[in-house]
Amino acid sequence: MAVAIGVTDISKQFRLYNEKHTSLKERVIHGGKMPFTPFWALRDVNVDINQGETFGILGRNGCGKSTLLKCVAGILKPTTGEIRVRGTLAAMLELGAGFQPELSGRDNIFLNGSLLGLSRADIAKRFDEIVAFAELEDFIDNQVKFYSSGMYVRLGFAVAVNVEPDVLLVDEVLAVGDAAFQRKCMDHVKRFQREGRTIVVVSHGTDTIRQNCDRVMVMNHGRVITVDDPGEGIRVYLADLLGVGTLEGSETGGIEGNVFAIGTVQAEHGGSGARSHLYPGESLTVTADLDSLAAVPNAMATIAIHDDKNELVFASDPDDPVCQMEVPVGGGVVRFFFPEVPLLDGTYSVSVGVRSETETAIFDWKDQATQFEVANPGRSTGRIRLPLDVSFRLRSTGHTGEVPAVGSVFAPLAGWEENAS
Amino acid sequence: MSLSVEPASAEPERTSSIGGSTRFVPGQSNDRVTVVNGKVQLGQRLKDLWVNRDLLVLLTRTELKVKYKNSVLGYLWSMLNPALVLAIYFFVFKIINGRNGQPNFAIWLFAGLLAWNLFNGAAMGATGVVVGKAGIVKKVAFPRELLALSVVGVAMVMFAIQVVVLILALLLFGISPDWTFVAILPLALLALIVFTGAISVFLSAINVYLRDTQHLTEVLLMAWFWGTPIVYSYGLISTHLANKPGLEWLKYLYLWGNPVTPIVLTFQRAIYGVTQYTSSSTHQVNQLLPNWGVGTYAAVNGIVLGVSVGLFLLALIVFGRLEGNFAEEL
Repeated sequence: MAVAIGVTDISKQFRLYNEKHTSLKERVIHGGKMPFTPFWALRDVNVDINQGETFGILGRNGCGKSTLLKCVAGILKPTTGEIRVRGTLAAMLELGAGFQPELSGRDNIFLNGSLLGLSRADIAKRFDEIVAFAELEDFIDNQVKFYSSGMYVRLGFAVAVNVEPDVLLVDEVLAVGDAAFQRKCMDHVKRFQREGRTIVVVSHGTDTIRQNCDRVMVMNHGRVITVDDPGEGIRVYLADLLGVGTLEGSETGGIEGNVFAIGTVQAEHGGSGARSHLYPGESLTVTADLDSLAAVPNAMATIAIHDDKNELVFASDPDDPVCQMEVPVGGGVVRFFFPEVPLLDGTYSVSVGVRSETETAIFDWKDQATQFEVANPGRSTGRIRLPLDVSFRLRSTGHTGEVPAVGSVFAPLAGWEENAS
Repeated sequence: MSLSVEPASAEPERTSSIGGSTRFVPGQSNDRVTVVNGKVQLGQRLKDLWVNRDLLVLLTRTELKVKYKNSVLGYLWSMLNPALVLAIYFFVFKIINGRNGQPNFAIWLFAGLLAWNLFNGAAMGATGVVVGKAGIVKKVAFPRELLALSVVGVAMVMFAIQVVVLILALLLFGISPDWTFVAILPLALLALIVFTGAISVFLSAINVYLRDTQHLTEVLLMAWFWGTPIVYSYGLISTHLANKPGLEWLKYLYLWGNPVTPIVLTFQRAIYGVTQYTSSSTHQVNQLLPNWGVGTYAAVNGIVLGVSVGLFLLALIVFGRLEGNFAEEL
C-alpha cells in the first residue's frame, strides 16, 4: 500500500507575543527582537497515511490537529520535519473561504474553484453540476452576501468536492446544511472512498469518525497519543477529553444542621478495576452513603442519568416500589443496580436523591454526584444499543432456506467478551 | 516506510466499478510525490504563476467588479474619472500658465501621469493586499504572489481606460503623437509593468511583517512622484544641472536612479511629441525632453526592462522567503 501522506518529524512552533510589535517604531525600540513565548503546536508528529484510506484526527480544542492539517495543505510551514504528499491535494479547511460577498454565486464558483486549483475550463464544464449540488439554481446570480449561511456553506462544499483531488483534507465541515444535504455530502465522501482517494478528516464528532474512518489518530498538546482503529481511538480520545481516569465519587460536607444527607456516591461497573469505562451492555452499580439523624421509615430513592449535553437519559419511576426503603438513625448505604446499560459512547452523570414517599419533602438531592463513561468498541453509533438481529431469505415461495445474516452488528470483538455481562 | 521508494506498480489497481465511476485510479492518476514544505525554487515559482494564470485573471476581475459593484455608474466611473481629471488640468493650467506657458500642458501632464498612475496605483494597492485578503491566505494554499499581481492587473485595466480617454483628448485637441516613438511605447509599457510587479510583490510581503509599510509607502510614493519629471520637465532639471560643474553626476543619478523616469520620458516623448517649445513672450527656448533618437529611447527602456526583470525575480525570491509564515503572521 503506497503512502499518500508521509509526515516525518513535524514540529511547529508558534511565537506568542505578549504584545505584537508590527510597527516600525516598536521594532526599533526592541532592536528588532521581540519577546515571545514559544508554543509548540505540533511536536514530533510522525504518521503515514495510506492511499485510499480514510483517516480521522481526533483531539480536544488546541491539540494541534488543525495546525497539522494546515501544514499538510501547505498553508503553514512546519518548523522542522518534512511532509510528502502523493498526487494532487485539496483542502476544505473552511467552506467558502475566499468568497467575495459582493459577487454573485456564479462568479464565486469560478473564483473559489480557481483558488482550489481548478482551471477555468474545468469549472465551466462542472458548473451546472456544482450549482445543482448546492441546490442554488434560482439564486446563482444573486450576490453571495444575500445568501443564508446554509446556502453559503452548500456552495462552498459543492465547489470543494468538485475539485476531485487524490487527497482530500476536511476540517470539521461535514456537518453542514440540512439532513438531506448532509446525506448528499456523505454520498460524495463515500464515492471518494470507493474510488480509492485518500481522505483526512479532522472532527470532534466521534460518530462521523467511527462511521467513516479506517484509522484514527488521537492528538493532545501537539503530540500523537495513538494511531489506532476508530473504536479504540475514540475511547482514548474520550478518556483524554474528559480527563476521567477512574470513576471516582464526589465528597460532600456531611450533615450540617440537616437531619438527612447523601454522602459519597460511587459508580462501579462490570469491568471496574480493569478499565475506567464500560462497554455497552455491561452492568452498573451506583452506591450512595446516606447519613441520617432521624429514622425515615418510608423514604424513596431516586436516580437520574444525564448525558454530556445534560439531557436526561433516564430517571427512575417515582412510584416504583423497588425504590422504597427504610432508613434507620445513623443512615446506611443505598445501592442502585442496572443489570445492563445499553448506552453507547459518552460520559453520563448520575444524580441521586432521597425523598418522602408522598413526594411532599425532598430529604436530599445530589445533582451529578458521580459519572461513568461508556466506550463502544464496535462501530454502531447513536445513543443506545438496540438489540438487533438480521436475517435474509429469498423471495421465491418454494425456497425456505434461511441464509444466516453476515454477522450481528454486535458481534463480540476480540478481548471484549470476557468483560461483557 | 518511505514515499520515494514505493514503486507505483506496487499499488493494486482499484478502478471502482461501483457507481459507474472509473475516473480515478490510484497510482495512475497522479503519482508525483511533492514535498509540501520544501523550498520552492524560482523556476517552480514562475511555473506556478503560469499554471495559475486563470486565477490571476479571476482575481483581477474580482477586484474590478467589487470596486464598482454598488455605484450607479459602475464601470463608467473608471472612464469618467480620468476624463474629469484631464478637464481640470486643462482649465487650471490654462489659467496658471496663461499664454506664456507650455502649450497643451494638460496633455503633457496626462502623458506622464498615465505611466505614473499604473505604478502608483499598483504599489499602493499591493502593499495592503495580502493583509487585506487574510481570509484566503489563512485558509487556502495557492501562489500568494498572485494577490499582488492581481492589483497590478487592476492597474493595467485602469491604464487601458485612461488610454482611451487620452486618445479622445488627442482627437479633441487635434494633437498628433510622434508615431515613431509610439512604436516603442509597448517596450516602455512592458518595462513599467515588470518593474511595477516587482515593487508590488515586494511591498505586499514586507507589509505582512511591518504594517508601517503601508503608511510609509504613501509618503515615499509622494516623494517619488515629485522626483520623477511628470509635472515639471526633465529638461528643466538637466539644464539646471548642466550649468553647475561638478554636479554632472546628479543628472545621471536623476535619470538612472529611478527606473520610472526613462519610462515616463518615453511616454511624454511619444504622446506629447515635442522636445522643446519657445515661450511666446520671452522667446526663450525651453528644453522639455532629451533630444535622443528613437534608438536611444529604445535602448534606455531595454535597460530598464532588463533591470526590472532582475528585480522581479529578486522580489519573488524575497516573497518566497517571507511567504512561509504568512498564515500565522496575519
